[in-house]
Amino acid sequence: MFESLSDKLDSALHVLKGHGQITEVNVAETLKEVRRALVDADVNYKIAKEFTTTVKEKALGQDVLTALKPGQMMVKLVKDELTQLMGGDAEGINLSGNPSVILMSGLQGSGKTTFSGKLANYLKTKKSKNPLLVACDVYRPAAINQLHVVGEQIGVEVFSDEGNQDPVAISKAAIAHAKANGHNVVIIDTAGRLAVDEAMMTEIANIYSAIQPQETLFVVDSMTGQDAVNTAKAFNDRLNFDGVILTKLDGDTRGGAAISIKSVVNKPIKFIGTGEKMDAIDVFYPSRMADRILGMGDVVSLVERA
Amino acid sequence: EKSKNDFFSKLGKAVAGKSKVDDEVLDDLEDVLVSSDVGVGTTVKIINRIEARVAKDKFLGTEELNKILREEIAALLSETNSGNATDFYVPTDKKPYVIMVVGVNGVGKTTTIGKLAYQFKKEGKKVVLGAADTFRAAAIDQLQVWADRVGVPIVKQQMGSDPASVAFDSVQSAVKQDADVVIIDTAGRLHNKVNLMNELTKVKRVMQKVVDHAPHEVLLVLDGSTGQNAFEQAKQFTAATEVTSLAVTKLDGTAKGGVVIGISDQFQIPVKYIGVGEGIEDLQVFNKYEFVDSFFK
Ligand SMILES: Nc1nc2c(ncn2[C@@H]2O[C@H](COP(=O)(O)OP(=O)(O)OP(=O)(O)O)[C@@H](O)[C@H]2O)c(=O)[nH]1
Ligand SMILES: Nc1nc2c(ncn2[C@@H]2O[C@H](COP(=O)(O)OP(=O)(O)OP(=O)(O)O)[C@@H](O)[C@H]2O)c(=O)[nH]1
Ligand SMILES: [Mg+2]
Ligand SMILES: [Mg+2]
Repeated sequence: MFESLSDKLDSALHVLKGHGQITEVNVAETLKEVRRALVDADVNYKIAKEFTTTVKEKALGQDVLTALKPGQMMVKLVKDELTQLMGGDAEGINLSGNPSVILMSGLQGSGKTTFSGKLANYLKTKKSKNPLLVACDVYRPAAINQLHVVGEQIGVEVFSDEGNQDPVAISKAAIAHAKANGHNVVIIDTAGRLAVDEAMMTEIANIYSAIQPQETLFVVDSMTGQDAVNTAKAFNDRLNFDGVILTKLDGDTRGGAAISIKSVVNKPIKFIGTGEKMDAIDVFYPSRMADRILGMGDVVSLVERA
Repeated sequence: EKSKNDFFSKLGKAVAGKSKVDDEVLDDLEDVLVSSDVGVGTTVKIINRIEARVAKDKFLGTEELNKILREEIAALLSETNSGNATDFYVPTDKKPYVIMVVGVNGVGKTTTIGKLAYQFKKEGKKVVLGAADTFRAAAIDQLQVWADRVGVPIVKQQMGSDPASVAFDSVQSAVKQDADVVIIDTAGRLHNKVNLMNELTKVKRVMQKVVDHAPHEVLLVLDGSTGQNAFEQAKQFTAATEVTSLAVTKLDGTAKGGVVIGISDQFQIPVKYIGVGEGIEDLQVFNKYEFVDSFFK
């Protein structure tokens, strides 16, 4: 079931080699394999279709068909195209405000609370900031405690108001507290919510309008399947978020959702989560992600030798 | 959005009087299944089965075709063999009945335990919870909140203590209290982390020192929005703990959880429960026909 693209392309390339002449039919056949591999990697099936259509046009437009090693050229084309799709200039976090307010959003269990802690730790240790973590998840059992434990682990103050059920009021009070106490970054952890939960989506839209964050981040589990497009689109429609965080990449998921999300909302993927510990955070590299989705350590070297 | 009826009637029209389902219909079916995370491999398998049935039975009406479609998909879902499939049920011949709950990070293990405890208690069972996630920040507090909500005792130690020791204590306490069922929460862990998977094997083994054949059930929780990686999760957790049943969570969203069809088929593990919300009552006994129908809504 989990053949990597390199295996699949190997057999597809075999088809190409077997024919004396490379035809448009061969290209289509190879790209069908690419499309299947992308869907197996959890790229949304519609986006995978669009992607292979683009690649096909490019392949036919270029001299892939007459190239000496058409298969390898095709692999390179696919990889470059994926990288470009996920790329763009690396953008950091907007820290222009005083304090700079960062709002977390995402589905249940995606990793918002953990990432809030990691980001606070990163800004404190790498950017010499003085962050304040804010507990605005008033629903999940022990969510506030969880953020306090995280804050203690990294030595960052946590603002909470146990018993207050209004996240808008809590976030406003937290910003006032930050101003009065010299915190130059405020990171607001929110409850997980489904995009179809109208009341909860209104709640986070209200938090957003009340505090006007410099940066709104959409935190998404890298193991997410076909539904990633629906969720990303729905959150973006409500919050017009500034960036995406991909978590749990220390697993063995291919992470095709990254392509789906980028295609649908066209927002940069800013950071990745690579573990449960507070230092397991990294910036996002489009080319590495493309390799991962394609499962192609060996294909890359093949291309480089070409 | 394609409605269920549109799809079924299209499917019916396209095959009426033909011996073969035509390509367009199969493409539609493929789209529905793949977009429900069923996966390419399992989708091909389902389509082949439907083609084979249709070829045998030449003149099919829409009605029969719908039936075939549901049957063929549902047939891949392993049968539950745990009594009345419409109810929450605890076997009475094993006391305490020990359930260990496992899965990757954030899928809904702790929440599912709270909901299950509630259902079992409602059935008049005496329930004990064991807080063997000693790693995640405030995981113990979270389970404590659920224990209080349901009104059942919890066995716990400090954060950072040995999870196997907590599991041992929990089962021992359940025996002492003459409990009917004990449910052990474990820390979320990614299945590719060898040390953490070995730890889980140890947590499992230690319970056998108190009760023979414990745990009687190892429930793997899968997040309904997870894609094809769930296969690897099922494989590795089964290798480490011999998973006996599945729960699929977060099906109150737009994700369909179709990956469990292939998993249930390949590993012959029944899906027992589905999570449909964050509330205490938001757990249901799995119904395969309703599940399959949800793909076409
Ligand atoms: N392995 C791994 N685990 C992670 C990562 N990020 C978060 N987790 C784990 O995922 C689980 C859920 O993380 P949380 O931070 O509680 O997620 P959340 O989005 O705040 O969850 P809710 O508040 O319930 O919506 C926890 O077990 C975390 O330790 C990561 O990058 N890698
Ligand atoms: N919408 C919805 N949310 C759910 C469901 N089940 C669990 N959740 C939410 O998902 C998040 C994670 O649930 P937990 O029970 O903490 O998950 P876990 O597997 O114990 O997480 P770790 O212990 O960190 O690995 C919480 O916000 C839960 O409220 C469900 O069926 N539907
Ligand atoms: Mg949280
Ligand atoms: Mg838990």
